[in-house]
Amino acid sequence: MNILTCLKRVPETGAKIVLTDDNQEIDTTNLGFTMSPHEECAIEEAVQIVEGQGGTATVLTLGSEEATEQVRTGIAMQADEGVLLETDGSEWGPRNIAGAIADFVRQRMERGDGFDLLLFGNESADTGNYQVGVRVANELDLPCITSIKDLEVTDDGVVARREIPRGSEVYELDLPAVVAVKEGLNEPRYASMRARMQARRQEVKRVTPERRHERGLEKLSLQSPEDDDGETDILGDSPDAVPAIMDVLETDLEVL
Amino acid sequence: MILSFVEHEDGKPEDSSVEMLTLARDVAGQHDVPLEAVVFSAGEGVAEAVGAFGVETVHVVDHDGIRDYAPEAWAESVNQLVSELEPEAVLAPGSERGHEVLAHVASKRGLPMAANCLDVTAGEAYELTRQRWGGTLLENARLTGETKLLTVAPNEISTEQIADPNGATTREFQPTLADEDLRVGLVEIEESDEEGIPLGEARIVVSGGRGVGSAEEFDKLEELADLLDAAIGSSRAAVNEGWRSHDDQVGQTGAKISPTLYIPCGISGAVQHMVGCKGAENILAINTDPEAAIVDHADYAVIADLHEVVPALNEAIREQKDGA
Ligand SMILES: Cc1cc2nc3c(=O)[nH]c(=O)nc-3n(C[C@H](O)[C@H](O)[C@H](O)COP(=O)(O)OP(=O)(O)OC[C@H]3O[C@@H](n4cnc5c(N)ncnc54)[C@H](O)[C@@H]3O)c2cc1C
Repeated sequence: MNILTCLKRVPETGAKIVLTDDNQEIDTTNLGFTMSPHEECAIEEAVQIVEGQGGTATVLTLGSEEATEQVRTGIAMQADEGVLLETDGSEWGPRNIAGAIADFVRQRMERGDGFDLLLFGNESADTGNYQVGVRVANELDLPCITSIKDLEVTDDGVVARREIPRGSEVYELDLPAVVAVKEGLNEPRYASMRARMQARRQEVKRVTPERRHERGLEKLSLQSPEDDDGETDILGDSPDAVPAIMDVLETDLEVL
Repeated sequence: MILSFVEHEDGKPEDSSVEMLTLARDVAGQHDVPLEAVVFSAGEGVAEAVGAFGVETVHVVDHDGIRDYAPEAWAESVNQLVSELEPEAVLAPGSERGHEVLAHVASKRGLPMAANCLDVTAGEAYELTRQRWGGTLLENARLTGETKLLTVAPNEISTEQIADPNGATTREFQPTLADEDLRVGLVEIEESDEEGIPLGEARIVVSGGRGVGSAEEFDKLEELADLLDAAIGSSRAAVNEGWRSHDDQVGQTGAKISPTLYIPCGISGAVQHMVGCKGAENILAINTDPEAAIVDHADYAVIADLHEVVPALNEAIREQKDGA
């Protein structure tokens, strides 16, 4: 089975998000980069399926040269092949990203080198648009399901489960198909140091994508939400604070 | 008109749909046009329920193939309804189905879609505010397109009924669906055999992070949770360490919770964690680091080793219960 997993490079923000002076971007001067937890799970799933039944796991991202770092993380997690749809690093909207990915998949299909399963993170960690996977599925006329937390390959296709309160919904899809997944799907492996070193040497294929659409959703500016944090009542700095905690639980909050 | 996609269970609209309707009514007011709704399978009382939030007409999609959820078929139905009604905008809740259905509609119509919006200034183009990073960052954006498509961020909008509701008029809508539209659909629902209080519904959540130190050390937190009838939560770090299952994770890529009391122990308060628990009414943090972000966000904090504080607290609660 040949599986394509699509991921996105995002800054690894910590206790606070700092914006650039013009409020257009996150100030990444002091930040590392990562991919969304959803996509780590997608790669892990692809690699596990391929380990179980053969085939290839390909990881792809659309972004600047720097995004090869995240593609190589995928390779270090034992994906076979990495692809960069190389841009100047500016923000592409979901329609254009989906269009570029669909173009790539179509070219591979025409070469007889297509994919049986396309995996996406359910939403990107940063822009949270919730639509790239769906748009790719529509462009390629493939069945699609999103918000998936459990995936099983069967003789006929895939069985996908979506979590709901107290249970899960079950969906069945024929292959080829598009599935957008969420963290919790599996426990992604840590790539070993050795695997990371090897991944650094592996070639990442580069493709220049075509940007087809005008921006339909145009970013004007970014802003941090107001935090309505009031004062913090420090109850103590040792277990001697327990009576004060009891007082809060009993009197202030009435939860005891 | 403005069309809204309403999710309901046996006629009772989901909270996220009611929140969406509150914003949809605002948008309809700005255009000075009526608010209408599309629902799948008519539940008893759905017209009255959405009428209370200003919906004038409910289009009930009636088709044998799609009594149960079928994303592509539901989206194709909405798509056909949009062609017929030519609404200024379609709003859906920022739920899993809301995002999925509207993304399909957007894709079918070749239109942009704005996810998780908080407010909208309607006009030829819409100027809107939406969530990025699961709500830790906001984006002000301009949305264009013949029909504006947007989902509404859950748990952000305080709902408001209209003054004197008349109930909505119901109208049946029969979509024309091809086999292909029906290829993906809900096959069955499996009930989980998990016991205990689900994280999302718990009144109190005791949560642990990297500071807990090991899976075994979570026993102390479990005990506190038992004593308080609380559920257990965790940070992503604790899940990555293999101490807890991902089901317990609170945050951007985990559960969003809104308990009366949240007790994070050994959790630093990264933005991706805080978006999961910002709905908590009260936060009582236990952390050794007075500079940790979680202490800033908390209402009450104990700056001490959780391994000492939690057992002492358990003891005190046990004594109090025995005494009572
Ligand atoms: C796209 C993305 C999505 C993410 N999604 C999530 C998510 O859904 N949920 C989530 O939680 N994280 C998420 N993260 C990760 C997040 O950024 C943090 O890395 C994570 O929350 C840190 O977990 P922590 O607070 O347990 O660990 P740390 O940040 O390491 O903090 C440990 C804390 O424990 C305290 N401590 C240590 N020892 C003790 C002791 N003995 N007693 C008391 N306190 C002690 C320390 O002072 C410190 O504050 C996400 C990250 C990204 C990039």
